[in-house]
Amino acid sequence: MTNQLMIEAHGLTKRFGPTVALDGIDLEVPAGAILGVLGPNGAGKTTAVRILTTLTRPAGGSARVAGHDVVREPAAVQRNIGVTGQDATLDEVLTGRQNLVMIGRLSGLRRRDAKARADELLAQFDLLDASERMLKTYSGGMRRRLDLAAGLVTRPPVLFLDEPTTGLDPTSRVRMWQVIRELVGDGVTLLLTTQYLDEADELADRIVVIDHGRVIAGGTAGELKAQTGGARLEVTLSTADADAVSALDPLVSGAITVSHDGRRLRAPVRSGAGLATAVVRALDGAGITVDDVEVHQPSLDDVFFALTGNPIAAPAAEPELEVSHS
Amino acid sequence: MNAIALPRGVGQLRDVIVLTGRNLVHIAREPLQLSDVTVQPILFTLLFVYVFGAGVVLPGGGSYTDFAIAGLLALNLTTSSIGTAVGLSTDLNSGVIDRFRTLPMWKPSVLVGRSFADLLTAAICATFVAATGLVIGWRPDASLASTLAGFGVFLLFSYALSWCCACLGAISKGPESAQGLGLVVLFPLAIVSNALVPTAHMPAVLRTIADWNPVSAVTAAARQLFGNPNPSAAIHVWPMQHPVLAAVLWSVGLFVVFAPLATVLYRRRTAG
Repeated sequence: MTNQLMIEAHGLTKRFGPTVALDGIDLEVPAGAILGVLGPNGAGKTTAVRILTTLTRPAGGSARVAGHDVVREPAAVQRNIGVTGQDATLDEVLTGRQNLVMIGRLSGLRRRDAKARADELLAQFDLLDASERMLKTYSGGMRRRLDLAAGLVTRPPVLFLDEPTTGLDPTSRVRMWQVIRELVGDGVTLLLTTQYLDEADELADRIVVIDHGRVIAGGTAGELKAQTGGARLEVTLSTADADAVSALDPLVSGAITVSHDGRRLRAPVRSGAGLATAVVRALDGAGITVDDVEVHQPSLDDVFFALTGNPIAAPAAEPELEVSHS
Repeated sequence: MNAIALPRGVGQLRDVIVLTGRNLVHIAREPLQLSDVTVQPILFTLLFVYVFGAGVVLPGGGSYTDFAIAGLLALNLTTSSIGTAVGLSTDLNSGVIDRFRTLPMWKPSVLVGRSFADLLTAAICATFVAATGLVIGWRPDASLASTLAGFGVFLLFSYALSWCCACLGAISKGPESAQGLGLVVLFPLAIVSNALVPTAHMPAVLRTIADWNPVSAVTAAARQLFGNPNPSAAIHVWPMQHPVLAAVLWSVGLFVVFAPLATVLYRRRTAG
C-alpha cells in the first residue's frame, strides 16, 4: 500500500489554439508524498493541475488519481480529491461558514456533518471570528486559508494546491506553510505548484521543474540545488588582500571572482551548516579582516539559468522573505 | 467522515436544494437584484397605470387598471428574468463553477438550482405587482381557483423563460453583456405584445407579431382567468382565441427547447 501511486500522469499533452500548454508531462506521486511542481508563469503548471482534477481534458496521454482515470472516471476521482485553485473558487456573497457547509453538502455530507466539519475547519484555520462575514470582505490571506479549508472538507486522501501562496505577503505566506505542513502530518498525498524554489524546498519531498510544458528536471531539493551549482558566497573585506583567494579556495566549489578594488570576492559554494563561520575563520586565520559574509541560496532564476541557460522570460515577483521561522 | 452513498435521485435533489438556497442568499444580499423584484415592480405598475391609463381607451370598455395588471405582471416577470442570465454569467466568470466541477455533485444542479431560485423570485415579483394593483384598485372578477390559475400561468411561463435566459447567460462574455443582451431580447418581447396596450391599432406587421407573441398569449390567458377586460378575445388568430392553451403550449415548448440547449451551452462553456 505504501508504494501505491496516488497520482500518476503519462505523456500529458494539451494545446490552446497555437499555444502548447503541455508537451508530454509525466508525474508520479506515491501515497503520502508531497510533490512540488516548480515553474514560471505559463509553464503549464495550472493546466496539469486542471487535468488531474478533472477540470480539463488532456489532448493526449493519460492520468490516474487515487487509482481512477481522470477522463473515464471523473466522479470517482472527484470523491478522492481536494482542490485549492489559484483563483478565488468560492462564493463571494456567501459567508465563510456558508461556503464550507455548501461544499460539504455538495460533496455528499449530511447537513449536520457538514456544519460540524465547517466549524472544525474554521477553528483550525483561525477563521472563526470571520465565519459570519461575506467572503468579499476577507483579506487575501484569509481567502487562501478558506480556499484550502474548502479543499479539506471531506478529508480527501489526495490534495492539489495550485500556487497556494502566490500574491500573499510574507507573514501570510509563512502561516500558510505552517498550515500545509500540518496537513502533511495527516498523511495526505499532495501535489503543490509554486513559482518559488524556497516554497518547494520548505514543503516538498520531491520537486519537478517544468518549463514550456515539459519536465526539465526532477529530484529532491538538494539534488536540484546541486544541479544549479548550489549557493553563491559573497565576501567583503575591510581592505584588499591578495591572500584572500587562497584562504577561501578550499571552501568554495568553483572559480573565485574578485572585484576591481579587490575587496569583494564571489564564488559558488555548496551550502552547508557552518559555512559562513568557516569562511570567517579561514580569513581570520590568514590575518584578513572581514566586513561582510553573505551566502545566497539559489533562486528559481538561478535554477532556470542553470537548467536552460536562459533567464525566465517574464520574471515573477519574488518577495524577499525576511521572516524568522519560530 | 466519508460521504454517505445516497440513491442517485436523492443526491441530485439535495444538490439542487443546496444550490437553490445559495442563489436565494445572493438575491437577498445583492441590493440590485432584490430591487429588480421588489421596488421595480411597484414603480412600473404605478407609472404605467397612471401614465398610460390616462390615454388608453379599451375597445369594449373596462378599466385600464383592471386591464393593465396582467400586462404588468407579464412585463415585470419577463424583464426580471434577465437576472437569470446575469447571475449565471457572473458565476461563469468567477472561479466558483470550477470549484463545483471538482466536487462529486450532480453537475446540472447548477442550472436547475438557479431556475428554482428564479422561480421563487418570480413569485415574489408577481406578489409585489399584484399587491400594488390591489392597492390602486385592480380587482379580479373570477373564482379564487381561476385567479390562482392565472398566476400559475405566469409562473409556468417565467420558469420556461428562465431557461431561455440561462442560454443568454451561457453565451455572454460577462454579466454586463448578459444584461445588455437580455434587455435587447426581452424588452421588445415584453413591449411588442398586448401587455400594455390593445394590439388593434398597431401597424400590421407589429400587430401580427404581437398577436403571436408568447407574452401576449400569457397575458390574454391571465386576463381571461382573472375575469379582467381582455380585448384580444376579439382577435381572430388561434392563440388569442385559445389563450390558456396557447400560453401553456408556449411555456412547455420554450422549456423543451431551451432547457436542453442551456445544458449543452453550459457544458460547452465550462469544458476546458
